Amino acid sequence: MKDQLRRMKALISKEFVQVMRDPSSLLIAFVLPMILLFLFGYGVSLDAKRLKIGVAVEDSGAEAASLASSFLASPYFEARISRDARVLEADLLAGRSRGIVVIANDFSRRLHSAGTAATIQVITDGSETNTANYVQNYAQGVVSTWTTIERMKQGNASQTGARLVPRIWFNPELESRDSLVPGAIAIIMAIIGTLLTALVVSREWERGTMEAMMATPVGIGEVIIGKLIPYFLLGMVAMLGSVAIAVFLFKVPFHGSLPALLLTSVAFLLAALGQGLLISTVAKNQFVAAQVAMVTGFLPAFLLSGFIFEIASMPLPIRVLTHIIPARYLVTNLQTLFLVGDVWPLLLPNVLILLGLAAVLFFITARKTAKRLR
Amino acid sequence: MEHAPVAIQGLSYTFGNNQPPALDNLSAVIRPGAVTGLVGPDGAGKTTLIRLMAGLFLPGGGTLNIFGLDTRTETTRLHRIIGYMPQKFGLYEDLSVMQNLRLYADLQGVTGAARQQVFQRLLSFTGLAPFQNRLAGRLSGGMKQKLGLACALIRKPRLLLLDEPSVGVDPVSRRELWRMVQELVNEEMAVIWSTAYLDEAEQCDEVLLLNEGKLMFAGPPRELTQRVTGRCFQIRNIAGNRRRVLANALQREEVQDGIIQGANVRIVLRVDRSQPDLAALSAGPEARLVPVAPRFEDAFVDILGGGPGGISVLAASMSQIEDYGQITVEAQGLTKRFGDFTAAQDITFAIRRGEIFGLLGPNGAGKSTTFKMMCGLLRPSAGIGKVVGLDLQKAPGQARSRLGYMAQKFSLYGDLSARQNLEFFSGVYGLAGARQKEIVGRMIDIFNLTPHLKVAAKELPLGFKQRLALSCAVMHEPAVLFLDEPTSGVDPLTRREFWTHINGLVERGVTVMVTTHFMDEAEYCDRIGLIYRGQMIATGTPDELKGRTESDRLPDPTLEDAFIELLHQWDDKTREAA
Repeated sequence: MKDQLRRMKALISKEFVQVMRDPSSLLIAFVLPMILLFLFGYGVSLDAKRLKIGVAVEDSGAEAASLASSFLASPYFEARISRDARVLEADLLAGRSRGIVVIANDFSRRLHSAGTAATIQVITDGSETNTANYVQNYAQGVVSTWTTIERMKQGNASQTGARLVPRIWFNPELESRDSLVPGAIAIIMAIIGTLLTALVVSREWERGTMEAMMATPVGIGEVIIGKLIPYFLLGMVAMLGSVAIAVFLFKVPFHGSLPALLLTSVAFLLAALGQGLLISTVAKNQFVAAQVAMVTGFLPAFLLSGFIFEIASMPLPIRVLTHIIPARYLVTNLQTLFLVGDVWPLLLPNVLILLGLAAVLFFITARKTAKRLR
Repeated sequence: MEHAPVAIQGLSYTFGNNQPPALDNLSAVIRPGAVTGLVGPDGAGKTTLIRLMAGLFLPGGGTLNIFGLDTRTETTRLHRIIGYMPQKFGLYEDLSVMQNLRLYADLQGVTGAARQQVFQRLLSFTGLAPFQNRLAGRLSGGMKQKLGLACALIRKPRLLLLDEPSVGVDPVSRRELWRMVQELVNEEMAVIWSTAYLDEAEQCDEVLLLNEGKLMFAGPPRELTQRVTGRCFQIRNIAGNRRRVLANALQREEVQDGIIQGANVRIVLRVDRSQPDLAALSAGPEARLVPVAPRFEDAFVDILGGGPGGISVLAASMSQIEDYGQITVEAQGLTKRFGDFTAAQDITFAIRRGEIFGLLGPNGAGKSTTFKMMCGLLRPSAGIGKVVGLDLQKAPGQARSRLGYMAQKFSLYGDLSARQNLEFFSGVYGLAGARQKEIVGRMIDIFNLTPHLKVAAKELPLGFKQRLALSCAVMHEPAVLFLDEPTSGVDPLTRREFWTHINGLVERGVTVMVTTHFMDEAEYCDRIGLIYRGQMIATGTPDELKGRTESDRLPDPTLEDAFIELLHQWDDKTREAA
């Protein structure tokens, strides 16, 4: 027992010395997380603001001018006003604008004559479907707001009928950064837990140090724990550091509690480390290990975790697949902790699933690993 | 009863169902107090056997006991009594010398008061005491090897397993390691030393000779050597071309094996055959056949069925190389500085047409730097390198097109098939169309590559890799051939075939420059340049260098003796001057 502890201690301190001396480990453990965090904190935004559109005012009536100025005033649009739709079409074709709103020359006339509806044409760029949707919806919003105001001016405000009053919970300003940064932290932990761990173990195989170690009295369990603890600690440090940067630098709100954050992180790291170790028992050179870790760890954490792409809108087989991606549960939990708070009925099942995944991965790793070369 | 250090009974091992067995029904006993050499060509099963002894592979059949411990079931106890140094030394390159020692001491349970003593003893034993804080990755090859040994010795093992400890290490370091291991061996400890160097095998107390997974011989090396007693001769006083004499001799039915040794040709006769007629070998009127003491290598080749013939079909297919004048390769005051460090200083030599020139020197002496400058891969800080009269700096493309290069180890594209490699390299050297087809086809015929054409190069048997590498280097019929340790780690038979081709090419007027640690290779050279501490400290024929170091202490120095002696003399001289 005393021997085992001493051996594990030696292996763990060796691991730390190696991480600090090896530039590639440092890069993966510290630099890459920082780059990701700043990229998602400052660079990436899923919000569509100040969309460039053209507004063709073919009508010279006062209402048309008033509607056009509503488009100009909207924070969602950067509108270019023109009398001639053809000029604006050229912009749309060249990709300089995202859509055209045409206020036809009979707009004012139709508005005042009963029985006819005044129409406004919205042309959007279907080659970018998301943006096209935004343009369409925002334009509708501008027009309906304008209509309401116009009616109020005419003392017509007491009109009946349903009116939509949207209210957004948890992220009232729909700031995409607030949900992206927690997701980025999940990616960072997946990188350290899976990619870095798989790389450092396979490097030992490649350099023949694993072979030399296997011929000493060290037990295979000690070797595994000697790898687990350092990268577990490294992952926790990276997580806490990233959360601190998110909260203090990016001002992302954090509504949850520290114990809940730690619990979630521990559960996820165990699963990620289990995956990393399993990869390294199969892939005994760094190149293969990096490839496998990328394809089974990093990319799913990026694409299938619900971090950027909504899981509910994925095809069924892929939706099923996301259930075995540990990052999926972490992303949900982190976003909940940051934006909502300690919602235990949601957090706890996810933590349990992560622990279950970790148990399965460790079980397979233990079965696959023997103190032998093949 | 006392258990033998290693007892092998009917041991077999295979890497897969469709593979030939890596070890086939092996039985042997290794005794304590001795260095047992594990000898055989690459792929013979040496590493597999050592890994089985270390309990890292599970025996496929039969039993393997280490001091009575079954390697299948008692690995925990086994790992307490063995010291194992794998081929790459098993060192953590990011850790310092001392950190490596501490780690292995912790793993091996060397603690308490004994710990510091062990460190002190091992550091002084290996001479690493001044380098305790240096990172293992920054040590020279020889020093890494010593640190690897120290780590394996940290808890006085009863069985020390060394897997090719001397590969890629210069003769000076090899000798030191050998001396250190000799000091360690006693009745308590057995040492297993695997090696492809047959001169090392000769010095072992016992050897196990493996070939293709089968045990060919077990016993003292002398015993094996005896089988060729009375059949070994040197042809001395050769007037004329010794390479042609060798080629002629190897074509004779009564000659089993032959190599070049400096100015002489060494031959081994088949059993009960009369001596060959020297006149028929065109060795000149003065030539004599002198009986010489048999060597382990003679017996090794003999037991494997003799060497290849003396005619190179490759050379026969080549046209005579155009005459570029007397001097084809020339270095004038080549100097290379990396910052404050001078890797090569004022290196000057000239190689004549049809000459084999060897660059020798310990690791880190500046050999590779010089070699790279001569290939045009490294820009010299001063001086000029010329190939067929072309300055490598001014006309690198043109110079390189007249130059064939075969790199150390296997440097072809492993994932491409043999044919794809041939096509790629012929294309790189500017062959195209019908001419390319014709030459690739010719190479395939000459080297019997047809059955292997679709096989990925990395999967080829070693001998064929060697052939493929050579054919890729000579397809464009270069005037100059640069060889970087061409046959290190290659078995003696493949090496002989290789040199038959090289000798044939030289007869066609090709100029050869070779770097090597292998003294057997150096013996094929017409002249040798010895590089040490960035300078060319001696040049001459192999026999001249040997003659220069002849003394009462060394009445008949080998080339390796001469090599080491010349380095010592130079060290002494510079120390006096300082």
